[in-house]
Amino acid sequence: MSTYSASKTVAIAQSAEEGAALSGRSLSLPVSFPSGGIGVFASLAWLAFGVSCLWWPDIGDWPRTSAIAAAAFVLSGIIFVATVAGSRLGRFDAGLQRRAPWLLALALFLTLWEVATAKFAWLPLPFFPPPQSIIEVYTDDLPKLLDSVLASVKLQLGGYAIGAAVGFLTGVSIGWSRGVGYWVHPVLRFIGPLPATAWLPIAFFTFPSSWSASTFLIALATGFPVTVLTWSGVASVSNAYYDVARTLGAKPSFLVLKVAIPAALPHVFVGLFMGLGSSFAVLVVAEMIGVKAGLGWYLQWAQGWAAYANMYAALIVMSLLCSGAITLLFRARDHLLVWQKGVVKW
Amino acid sequence: MVALARAEPTALDSTGASLTVENVSHAFDIDGAVLPVLDDVSFEARPGEFVALLGPSGCGKSTLLRLVAGLEPPRSGVLREDGNAIIGPFPSRVVVFQDPTLFPWRTVWHNVALGLEAQGILKAQRHRVDAAIELVGLSAFRNAYPHQLSGGMAQRVSLARALVNDPKILVLDEPLGKLDSLTRIAMQTEILSLWQRTGFTALLVTHDVEEAVFLANRVIVFSDRPARIKADIAVDRPYPRHRGDPYLADLRRNILGLLGLDATW
Repeated sequence: MSTYSASKTVAIAQSAEEGAALSGRSLSLPVSFPSGGIGVFASLAWLAFGVSCLWWPDIGDWPRTSAIAAAAFVLSGIIFVATVAGSRLGRFDAGLQRRAPWLLALALFLTLWEVATAKFAWLPLPFFPPPQSIIEVYTDDLPKLLDSVLASVKLQLGGYAIGAAVGFLTGVSIGWSRGVGYWVHPVLRFIGPLPATAWLPIAFFTFPSSWSASTFLIALATGFPVTVLTWSGVASVSNAYYDVARTLGAKPSFLVLKVAIPAALPHVFVGLFMGLGSSFAVLVVAEMIGVKAGLGWYLQWAQGWAAYANMYAALIVMSLLCSGAITLLFRARDHLLVWQKGVVKW
Repeated sequence: MVALARAEPTALDSTGASLTVENVSHAFDIDGAVLPVLDDVSFEARPGEFVALLGPSGCGKSTLLRLVAGLEPPRSGVLREDGNAIIGPFPSRVVVFQDPTLFPWRTVWHNVALGLEAQGILKAQRHRVDAAIELVGLSAFRNAYPHQLSGGMAQRVSLARALVNDPKILVLDEPLGKLDSLTRIAMQTEILSLWQRTGFTALLVTHDVEEAVFLANRVIVFSDRPARIKADIAVDRPYPRHRGDPYLADLRRNILGLLGLDATW
């Protein structure tokens, strides 16, 4: 079966190449070929994806098939033109060159997915919906999806901000003051390692609303790693820094704000990254169980209706949001810890 | 002990303070055991004098400097700056440590500005930071981060960070100990000219006998731990000094003898 599909794909690619050769633009092709070679293949792969959508009939009822085929053709054309135009497009071309291998891989993956689901059903339906049905979710169920995104972002932002702030302040306090450490450390030891989700049943009946309960849980999941890493960061600051600052006339407030905290900041960011990861997990579980909104709830709802395409669609959005949040945090770190460039490997 | 040479003017325009160390003893508790490090040490440095402290490794010289800086109180005895007992750190007594210990998250300029910022007078006195950086010849590196500097440059920044506070007593804890020999020679001359220009009282701990006799008005030699003063030697030689001066070479031999190293000569 696999040999069959491979030869088919080659055949499609060949026919596509002939098409490209006939279009006349190919005259300039040999000139730009060495630099834009992969770009041309990426363009052909997208063309192949479009063709694969139209070549065989769908085995189900999916209204967006011709639309995604058209989109694939347009994308193929853009990549082709940009590749041929080459350096005349400046930065856009450089970006395209860098991404061309991925564009190629993505198109091949989509083609395979299309053929394996909508055309020959090698993967069982409805558990593996074709690309066009996921696109259909984005066009037809957009308002509900957007509401869910908004609810998730609101909940996550609130809980994360509270958890990070409280964790940071607690970490600095126990790192700095023996007295605070004496009281807080055992509590942290006792409560910290508990997965935040274990609090779920209690949180949902002790808090006035499921929203506040979820905020608390997300804050808890964020707060623990931030506290521990801030604390260890403050505690590991070399005494030499304090000696220098003290001989120069620094008061205790200066030692905390201008010595301990900046020196601990790299640790704090490790805590913030860890907290972000665990807070995502809590967010989704909280939404699935308690809150009647958000992407977690949307996933649950879609599963209940056996709307598998909606599940995949929501999953893709969720992953984009999470990686977007991580990227934002990286940007913040790059900005604040610019002095670390050259000291440590990034 | 050799008497102090009175004739030599120490610096042109003396703004230094006198430092008195009276019967100071100090000890550390290590795992319950008491380890004495200073044993009844007394000496006095006149305003603007350059005093070098020499002694075997680990004898307690650096501990004495921490006491002068006010980072720790002595077990017994008193240290005085211009007659006032030293009870804590104060920017009139600044330490330059063996490691530059620049703050890696601050640029050269902001490292030098540290003292003024800590005292809350940076806004009005920004020009002093520029002047101090100029003084050590690093104006081109004012926006560099510490990791971009060489060892000698980093130590010069740490000198500027001390000098920006106009210290009355500059405490130098083996500041050139980790530099290569060429940079070390250049920095010795630089420290000397900074001392002559600004007139602070300098207290230098070093292992390098040649460095001590080249720089200081006076060399105090300590015994092994617990440190006791073994000799107080005036270096009766005008500045600028010459490294090949036979007087200094003689002095160096004598001091090495006091340290128990005469066999190597």
